[in-house]
Amino acid sequence: MSFPWAKDYQPQNPLMRFLDEKLPLPRLVYNAVGAGYPVPRNLSYFWNFGVLAGFFLVLQIVTGVVLAMHYAPNTLVAFGSVEHIMRDVNWGWLMRYTHANGASFFFIVIYIHIFRGFFYASYKPPREMIWLLGVVIFLLMMATAFMGYVLPWGQMSFWGAQVITGLFEAIPLVGPGLKTWLLGGFAPDNAALNRFFSLHYLLPFVIAGAVILHIWALHIPGSSNPTGVEVKQESDTVPFHPYYTAKDGFGLGVALIIFFAFVFFMPNMLGHPDNYIEANPLSTPAHIVPEWYFYPFYAILRAFTFDFILPAKLWGVLAMFSAILVWFFLPWLDKSPVRSGHYRPLFRKFFWFGLIPCMAVLFYCGGAPAEEPYVMISQIATAYYFLHFLVILPIVSSIERPDPLPFSITEAVLGSDDNAVLGDKAQATA
Amino acid sequence: MATTTGNAEVADVTGEDGVRRRDFIEIAAVSAAGVGALATLVPLVTQMAPSADVLAESTTELDISALDVGQSIKAVFRKQPVFVRRLTPAEITAANDVDVDSLRDPQTLAERTLPGHEELLVVMGVCTHLGCVPLGAAEGENKGEFGGYFCPCHGSHYDTAARIRKGPAPKNLQVPEYSISDTTLVIG
Amino acid sequence: MIRLVGILIGLGFSFIVLLAFGSGVLTVIDQGYLKEETAEHAFHQEAHGPDGGFQFEGLLGTWDYAQLQRGYQVYSEVCSACHSLNFVAIRDLQQLGYSEDQVKAEAATITVPGIDPNTGEATTRPALPTDYFPAPYANSVMAAAANGNAIPPDLSLMAKARHGGPNYIYSLLTGYAAPSEELLEEFPDSAPGAGLHHNPYFANLNLAMAPPLTTDGQVTYAEGNPEPTIEQMAADVSAFLMWTAEPQLVKRRQTGWAVLGFLLFATILAWFAKKQVWAAVKPRKH
Repeated sequence: MSFPWAKDYQPQNPLMRFLDEKLPLPRLVYNAVGAGYPVPRNLSYFWNFGVLAGFFLVLQIVTGVVLAMHYAPNTLVAFGSVEHIMRDVNWGWLMRYTHANGASFFFIVIYIHIFRGFFYASYKPPREMIWLLGVVIFLLMMATAFMGYVLPWGQMSFWGAQVITGLFEAIPLVGPGLKTWLLGGFAPDNAALNRFFSLHYLLPFVIAGAVILHIWALHIPGSSNPTGVEVKQESDTVPFHPYYTAKDGFGLGVALIIFFAFVFFMPNMLGHPDNYIEANPLSTPAHIVPEWYFYPFYAILRAFTFDFILPAKLWGVLAMFSAILVWFFLPWLDKSPVRSGHYRPLFRKFFWFGLIPCMAVLFYCGGAPAEEPYVMISQIATAYYFLHFLVILPIVSSIERPDPLPFSITEAVLGSDDNAVLGDKAQATA
Repeated sequence: MATTTGNAEVADVTGEDGVRRRDFIEIAAVSAAGVGALATLVPLVTQMAPSADVLAESTTELDISALDVGQSIKAVFRKQPVFVRRLTPAEITAANDVDVDSLRDPQTLAERTLPGHEELLVVMGVCTHLGCVPLGAAEGENKGEFGGYFCPCHGSHYDTAARIRKGPAPKNLQVPEYSISDTTLVIG
Repeated sequence: MIRLVGILIGLGFSFIVLLAFGSGVLTVIDQGYLKEETAEHAFHQEAHGPDGGFQFEGLLGTWDYAQLQRGYQVYSEVCSACHSLNFVAIRDLQQLGYSEDQVKAEAATITVPGIDPNTGEATTRPALPTDYFPAPYANSVMAAAANGNAIPPDLSLMAKARHGGPNYIYSLLTGYAAPSEELLEEFPDSAPGAGLHHNPYFANLNLAMAPPLTTDGQVTYAEGNPEPTIEQMAADVSAFLMWTAEPQLVKRRQTGWAVLGFLLFATILAWFAKKQVWAAVKPRKH
């Protein structure tokens, strides 16, 4: 596939030869995640999170299909059917807690995956398409997670649906009509619950499709790596299998230990107590918050409290969506000739001392009540967020003088690169 | 230096016992993953078995004090119909007059009822052919050629002891497990 | 071009959000304080459990069945007058250590709505184990009317539906007190109004529920049980409500230990397998 030295698939027995001729699925797997995919040899554990994200997607689909066998999307019985799952269905509590915490862990993994991309500028050419598809996957995940949170029909489900669909009301002219259309009514009710269930079941398969495109696009240039130096020669790579299958297997084990510690010992820690109260359209909880993984964007939404030409609410909605849409443009905003943050001293400072604290603050403030000082703090963080991606990144990437790069991945790993010295002669030995 | 290129090629050193240490640890790790995957199947499969609330409803209690001779009640047992009938003397005689060995599913009336309660016939209202509900329990319904039950789906005729006599059904109507205490019939 | 537009948009959003920040700062300066102090904030107390905690707490906690049975007694003699337990079936009591016959006998003492088999009219009948605990009020309007417009919440999930869980329930039940002088002085509006009762553990300090456990010995425990003091009854019913909210709690943690033990073993194996695989290409130390 990607490199001339990639191993060619050799069917081992007549059955495999038959398959390879008629439907070369084994060849596809071999070239995608097998020995036929050469991967940079220097990947750090931050490169485990793509496979982990894939694992959590499958986990969510499997447990979700199971839950759908017992759940009833009707406002009269939805809350009770979740309790039926928790109390009466064999292992139902395990399925539900795995699904609920699985969503959280899917987001943890995805956030690390995305921020790895930020630091190592994985979005830069030739990997723009991988990045764009990744942002699409993240948007689909947000939609799926939001609709999934509505299904148990607790207080936070109901009021979350009310608030989020209320955002669309801010759109001039069509807004109020749009909200009514989305909900199929004037407030979240049976129509909304049913369509959210339908879409919540559909979207994960759309995500799976987008993931396949994401991986396909990845296999054209091959994986990036911590140096950001492109693969030059065979000694820069190792075959995905067994090297990265073994490493991903270990990483998965560690991730599962942390994950199941949550599922079995603190399954409700990442949730909100109010969602154990059945939805009541007549009584709003004192403090409405979305799921924790939406906190940064919720903080940005609430930071806009000042009417300037447009109403504050519209600014908040625009900013919240722009906060993610801006990621689409990163490949063209970052003009640095170097990818990896390890060789970009100024960029690195802004990443560690600007973006990361800014996200931490937004996470914290998004879950805090809408009162001072949280609103003012999140306003500063929001300002930095937009400045970072839209102003600092383009300027820093243009003026910064990067540190010297290693000649090759091999040199970065081994301290010397015989090929660098030997030139053509090395090609023969490789 | 071939080794500095760091390719996957590892000298294939085979130990004297024929198994390399590397193989052993890898086989163990893959086996552990396999065991984990198999264990995961347990909840995934058993979640489809009847849940606790369904199992809890697996007994039905009926008051049969008001059931007169020649009368039937249709009740529900495990979400399926069950027919309880106090047989008339004529029906008992008809059932006992049959040569048991000639039956497709040989059973006497006594074998299909509780001792001391031979007149009380309790059967599932589920045709043993393909699961339709036979007629004959309610007043005025077609009781079939043998005066018991008749399944209209494919024409199975059951006699007064609800034994299959004609038609495609392979078995007699099933007698559920039940007990009688005083005037209460406990099915299941 | 993209970068120029991007810089303008970035500056624009930042400018607008900083305007909002500025107006926030002006408001704060104008008010002279960052956040208005509220009675809820100043006088609300953190929930705490009974002395010695609950036996089900901790990573190895188990149910104290005798306590759960006492708690059920408190629920059925006190709480059930106003509070439903919608998601708990009478058959579930078997998990508290009652035998099948005891559960049947208990069910027979509970009256649930039914229909007359001959006329189809609404009537009542003794419950079966498969029935769920009946609600004290037929609908929310009736519940509100009987309780000065405050609907008594369902208790099935109460221990998961409040911060602090069973500790909160315990604190609330034992925390009724007259509002302090200090509170009345600082926040005269927070004095309990008509039909309200002061309780520093309740979110807004005043709740409609009158103290449900008022005297020691309000419930008579069977021989061999601790004295039914208010604290004891409150702890017992809190434990019972933890069970109603999360009946699989103990089983869940036991399963968890098995799963984590296996995963730890498998992950260690995976670590050695990974090391083994990578041994050939491990970078030389330099």
